[in-house]
Formats: sequence, C-alpha cells, structure tokens
Amino acid sequence: MIAQALALTLRLALVVSAILLVLGLPLGYWLAFSPRRGKFLVEAIVSLPIVLPPTVLGFYVLVAIGPLSPFGRWYEALTGRGLAFTFEGLVVGSVVYSLPFAVQPMTASFSAVDRKLLQASALLGASRWRTFWHIVLPLGLPGVLTGFVLSFAHTLGEFGVVLMIGGNIPGATQTVSILIYDQVQALDYATANRTALLLLALCFALLTILYGLRRRSGWSVWGWK
Amino acid sequence: MEMSASAAPVVREQLKARIQKRFPPASSPAFALDVNLSVSAGFTILFGASGAGKTTLLDCVAGLQTPEVGEIMIGETVLFSSALRTNLPPSRRSVGYLLQSLALFPHMSVQQNVQYGLANLSRPEREARSGEVLRSFRISSLAERRPGEISGGEAQRVALARALVMRPHALLLDEPLTALDAVTKARLVDDLRAWNQRHQIPILYVTHDREEVFALGENVLVLEAGAIIAQGPPHEVLHRPQSETVAQLAGFENIFEASVTDSHPESGTMTCRIAGSALDLEVPLTRLEASRPFRVGIRAGDILLASAKPQGLSARNLLAGVVTSLQQRDVTIIAKVDCGTEFEVRLTPGARQALELQPGARVWLIVKTYSCHVLQDSG
Repeated sequence: MIAQALALTLRLALVVSAILLVLGLPLGYWLAFSPRRGKFLVEAIVSLPIVLPPTVLGFYVLVAIGPLSPFGRWYEALTGRGLAFTFEGLVVGSVVYSLPFAVQPMTASFSAVDRKLLQASALLGASRWRTFWHIVLPLGLPGVLTGFVLSFAHTLGEFGVVLMIGGNIPGATQTVSILIYDQVQALDYATANRTALLLLALCFALLTILYGLRRRSGWSVWGWK
Repeated sequence: MEMSASAAPVVREQLKARIQKRFPPASSPAFALDVNLSVSAGFTILFGASGAGKTTLLDCVAGLQTPEVGEIMIGETVLFSSALRTNLPPSRRSVGYLLQSLALFPHMSVQQNVQYGLANLSRPEREARSGEVLRSFRISSLAERRPGEISGGEAQRVALARALVMRPHALLLDEPLTALDAVTKARLVDDLRAWNQRHQIPILYVTHDREEVFALGENVLVLEAGAIIAQGPPHEVLHRPQSETVAQLAGFENIFEASVTDSHPESGTMTCRIAGSALDLEVPLTRLEASRPFRVGIRAGDILLASAKPQGLSARNLLAGVVTSLQQRDVTIIAKVDCGTEFEVRLTPGARQALELQPGARVWLIVKTYSCHVLQDSG
C-alpha cells in the first residue's frame, strides 16, 4: 500500500517538475527580461497558487479538465478518455499548483545576471538563443536547479488539489498524503504515523540537500529580484 | 577563409554618425545628443565631462540604444538610418565595443571568452584566430584562467582581444583604461596601435582624462552637453581652446572675464581689461562677437615669476603682485599671487628656493601674449 502510493507520488513529482523545468525556463526568461508593461499581471497569475486555498485551485482545474470544458473535450477527443480522476489529470493540476515554486527562483536568478554580459554577448554576434544557452542559463543554473527541487518537493507534499482532481484511487491517484488522510480516517494511527514520517523524512532530506548546496555555492533560493 | 592577420583584409573605412537622440524623458523638447561626426582609421579621442553624452553616443553606434533621427554608417554599410528605417541589431553591426565594465564572462576561461564570437568558424580556424590575437596582446599564458583569476590590466587585454578577434570594422572604447597605471596603459595602447597598423579601423576612444588625450590622440572630438564643440589635433584643440568649456576641460587654472579696451591690428594684439580690476593684459588679436562676453584663460604653468622687476623682456605682460599663499602638491608648488585679482602660478620647489618665496613677498608675473587664450563660447 505505502510502496504503491510512494511510487505514484515520486512518479508524479518527477513528471511535474520535469514539465515545470521546460515551462519555467522560457517563462522565467520572459519575466526576467521582457520590457512589457503587462508583466506584473503574469507575475501575479504565476504567484496565485501560493495564496489560493488548494480546494479553490483544485475546483477550477477540475472544471477546466472536465468534459464540460473545451480543453476537457479536446483531450477526450484526442485520447478517448477524460482527465478527471486520472494520473494525467493530477499532473495538470500539480503543474499549475507548483508553477510559482519553479518559476520564481528561475526568474530571480536570471534577473541577477549582469545585463552588461548580455550586451557583450550580443556585441560579439550572438543571437538571443545563443546568449540564453551560453550566458543566462549557466549563470542562472543555481536558480534553475532550485526551481526544479522546490517544485519536486512541493508536489510530494500536496494534498488539497490532488484530492479535488484525483480523488482517492489506489495505484492511479492515491498519493502518500492522501493515503495518510485515508489511514487517519480509518483510525489506523500507527500506520498513518509511519507513512507521515516517511514523507517528512523525504521532504526534509530534499530541502537539506538543496539548502546545503546553496550554502556551499552562495545560491539564492527565494526572491523575484 | 583567411587564417592569419597578414591575410586579413585591410578595412580602412570611415565611421560616420549623424544622429539626434533624446535622453529620457523622451518628451523633453531639445535633443540631448545632436552630433555629426566622421572618424577615419586610427585613434580618435572623444573627450568630455561626465554627462556630456559620450557613452550614449557609443551605445548608439554599437546598437545598444536607438537614436530618434539620423544615420550611422561604416564605409558603405548602413548600420542605422531613420530615413531608410534600417536598424541593425548589435550582433550584426561588426562593431567592437569595450564596455567600461569589460563584461568578461565569469564562467568561461580566457580562451573561451575570446572564442565566444567565433562560433561560426570551424574549430581549427577558431584556434588559429584566437591564438593569434592572444599572442598579439601577450595573454597566451592566461588562456586557461578564469576572469576572476587575472589582474585588472590583464582583464583589459582579454576584453580587447575578445572584441578584436571578431575583426570588427570599428572599435569603441568606453574609458577602458582609466583604472590602469600609466605604464600598463602605455604598453596596452602600444599593442593596440600595433594591431591597428595591420587592420586600419577607426577607433573611437572615450575619456575624460586630459593626460590620455595628449598621450593617445591623433584627433580629438570634444563633446559638451550632447554636441561636438571642438575637433582637431589635441595640441590645437586643448592648447588653443576657443570655448570656455574646452578651456575648463583642458585645465586653465586662471580664467578671467575681460573686455577689449584697445586693439592693435598692426602687431596682432589687443588690450583687454580684466573685469573688476585695473589690470590690462595684452592678448592675441581675436575676432570676437561683440554682443557676447569673453574670457581670458592662462595656464598656471605658463606664468613666470620674478623677484625683481625684469628688464628687456619680449613678454608683453608684466604684473606686480604679492604672494598670498604657497602650497606644495607632489613636486609642484602652487602659488597664489594677488595682482589686483588673484592668479594661480605653478613652479618647482627649486624655483621657490631660488626666489626665496614666502607669503607676503613682492613678485612680478610675466605672461607672454600667446599664453593668454581668448575664450568665447560659440552660439
């Protein structure tokens, strides 16, 4: 039971943080360097999941991926099945929920790259693409790794969104946090305690590694600018 | 594809810029930068106080800033033209630009920095080009080091090599050497000159340091409040300044308001009275616009001191005065002398001893007519 839930949780966290890495790089770059005035709006939207109750977020994601929404219908037409109460549905919800945890550290570390270096790169004939891969990304790497680890850890620990979108289906949508809830509901405190300890240890280990690395290399974990 | 400097084409193109550019806010009525310049192969010094628009001008040429109106060309290549709606991005301008901060990539070795702009070349070509320029600037031994592991002077050389390995058609330098000591600076400039002997590109060198102007320049442009107010060889522009701004930049310690009392066309001189005193100076005859005030500038080092009234002098200006203060700065004595108005005079400690100068001593100031520079700001 625990092993199955743990495997599912780790798989979810890995898939979600991988997707967020791919999404976070261009989004973080845009937020760091775009001269657009409307940027603050995107910043606010990206940060929303930090303050919203997971139930609110989960509810809207559920509606958005359900058969009544265009996205839900499109997905169903494409794959032949719905998104709600599936692992894929959980992935969609978790990506939205952990977005700020990936994007904020990346934006912060991209912003911290000296603009003069970007100018120097352009003056040496480099395209924006080349400048990104050779200057911005290597110098912003600590923030990128921080974003990856934080979104991984945050997905490990989520509960409300998963419950709203995925329900409680062992092997499909039952993550460790849902399992703990299940065990407590069944008044099986001893097992709940073991499961909870496992999650606690896992998250603690991850963050210890992250902050330990940060301390050694002077990385910044938080902050927009 | 050429492989070495000897096979590189000699460019010999002129850099021309005729641009107007507002500083923010864009709504301000007057153009803050309004220049028309033409720079040939070799060193041209762009000289001016901070805030005069020097960096803005360089940024416009390199493409980091966009002028409102005008044209920038190197030879026949149009880099920017408001009429043609052309505005090449910095990456396609073939302009080398040494930013004041150098902006070496901290995560790359010296060699990687220098090869950064050569991504389109094959590996052997890249190696050959960077090897050659590293030798030219005597930094081959630093190739594997990171920017954080080299000295300031070495970093300047690396930044220069990184820009020049691209074989730019023009080179812009924004006060790159101000932090260096004189010897390091002179060596670097020699290497840059040697490089440019072979490549013959226009080099626009920004500085606010008067010594650098004399040390480097074949041609100097003086920029003041966004406009070029003087142009020519350094000794002409800075030794015979026509405007007061240049005079202050060029270091006139004595500047007096004056009015013409008499002119002597037959001897090429005129007499003027220093405002607020009874002192008359004989100065070179100069065409002046009567409506505007003018000033007379005299360098403190151009004034002679005598302890007794000298006889049989060619110098036309002989002023009696009293020493009010004496100050030593390095190996120079700065004397303030009251002749009805205060003059600053510089002399050596030896001269001070020989004259037994003390505050209160009576002295004579001797000023040649041609040491008096008539300054009038052009409209």
